[in-house]
Amino acid sequence: MRNTLIIFRKELRIFFDSPIAYIFIIAFLAFSNWLFFRSFFIVGQISMRDYFFFIPWIFLVFIPAVTMRLWAEEKKIGTIEVLMTLPVKNYEVVLGKFLASFSFVMIALALSFSLPLTLFFLGDVDFGPIIGGYVGACFLGGAYLAIGLFVSNLAENQIVAFIIAALLSFALFIIGEDIVLATLPNSLAPTFSFLGLGKHFVSLQRGVIDSRDLIYYVSVIGFFLFLNTQSIESRKW
Amino acid sequence: MIEAENLTKRFGATLAVDTISFTVNKGEIVGLLGPNGAGKTTTMRILTCYLAADSGTATIAGKNVFTQSLEVRRSIGYLPENNPLYTEMGVVDYLKFIAQIRHIPRKKINPQIKKMVEVCGLEPVLNKKIDELSKGFRQRVGLAQAMIHNPEVLILDEPTVGLDPNQIVEIRELIKRLGAEKTVILSSHILPEVSATCKKIIIMNRGRIVASGNPEEMSGRARGGGVVTMVVRGPVEQIKDRLNAFKKIKNFTVQKTEGNDRSRFEIISNGEETINEDLFRMVAENGWVLSELHQEALSLEDVFQQLTLKES
Repeated sequence: MRNTLIIFRKELRIFFDSPIAYIFIIAFLAFSNWLFFRSFFIVGQISMRDYFFFIPWIFLVFIPAVTMRLWAEEKKIGTIEVLMTLPVKNYEVVLGKFLASFSFVMIALALSFSLPLTLFFLGDVDFGPIIGGYVGACFLGGAYLAIGLFVSNLAENQIVAFIIAALLSFALFIIGEDIVLATLPNSLAPTFSFLGLGKHFVSLQRGVIDSRDLIYYVSVIGFFLFLNTQSIESRKW
Repeated sequence: MIEAENLTKRFGATLAVDTISFTVNKGEIVGLLGPNGAGKTTTMRILTCYLAADSGTATIAGKNVFTQSLEVRRSIGYLPENNPLYTEMGVVDYLKFIAQIRHIPRKKINPQIKKMVEVCGLEPVLNKKIDELSKGFRQRVGLAQAMIHNPEVLILDEPTVGLDPNQIVEIRELIKRLGAEKTVILSSHILPEVSATCKKIIIMNRGRIVASGNPEEMSGRARGGGVVTMVVRGPVEQIKDRLNAFKKIKNFTVQKTEGNDRSRFEIISNGEETINEDLFRMVAENGWVLSELHQEALSLEDVFQQLTLKES
């Protein structure tokens, strides 16, 4: 745990030592706020439904951009050789990197709290869906991060890592959508519906925090972090 | 301290390291020497647990690099090829990170960093980011990183590559000083580098060890197998017969030269002693004319070239 914490701090420091972090945060806030306020004034509705509708799509671009460098950069400049010859276990490094990028996304998300605050001052707000939406965003973000981190370890190149991570996240997000399900045989539909990242997000977003949805996200995160740990070991061969 | 036995590593169809075995004793500085692509880096990567060998075993300080990877990694300091560094980090932050993850007790971290700053001469760049540093200072940061936990074994992959001559001398001195109390393996494809710092040299080529020993032994062997060039005017066949009868001569080659009756002989002797005088006497006794006689003392460079070019 101690090593994980040290790696975590190092990764977070690298985020904030470079201008990347600030550019990301500003871009994320500008983009998500714009999407929010665009419909906010037109519809005049005091809710964040539209905001959380867009979140998975914003994350689809934003999160692979956060994770793409985490391993690919280490491989490109060779620091992976320093890192992996230190007395650390593979999973400690993976977990440290994941938690650092997770905190980073959480910080970005936390900075959007100005939105619910604005709503709060404007009128009567139903906080259930908002809390559910934020919880969902955390877990969905975590799942995207785990996927992106894993892909970054497979790719040598950051751009490749970005594109593949975005595609893979996208694929996992939509396999539970009705459009996809309609093309599948009936026997497979429930499975795909369960596996899709999107379905679970929608139910959280309604304000229903169901442990099954959370367990689902935690398993997806755990699965990809596990794959990541294994793929680090594979460099040896 | 370091023992490698029949290490083999294959990358696809190429054998990067081919059943090599060697031992490094405590307190020795050993130089791995070889042309680019000889398998030096791969060997070091196996020793540092970055890669796994396909077969063979290796132990460092009694710990197996495959089964006791964490213990091995704890006892070594490693400077990888090209000295990769987290360029976004500050010098002190980077060293602090390494010190923490090496589990140096909290109270000792600052004194230890201070010590490394002193030993490696990092004073002038303490408050800078790594990507602002010159190559020489980066190399020192890399060395500080490798030594900060005071490891028993140091593995340095081309520690002086890309440095200017003054810096090379400095780094060499630093390594020599360290070698007094630590076991060091360093690699290089530059010969004077290795002969200046190392007590023992291992020459690798195409994944195999082609020679090993201390520098004197190697040049001694080179002298023993030294080449004497002799140009004589006289009957070639007779001279050949005499040379064949000569026990101190291992073998020789003949070449016709510019004059019609002059021949150039390249003679390789057997032992350590010089054969120049014997050759002179032989020529004089037979009434031939000696027009040239000289011995090319083989330098380490020649040995290196002989050993590494032979097969390619």
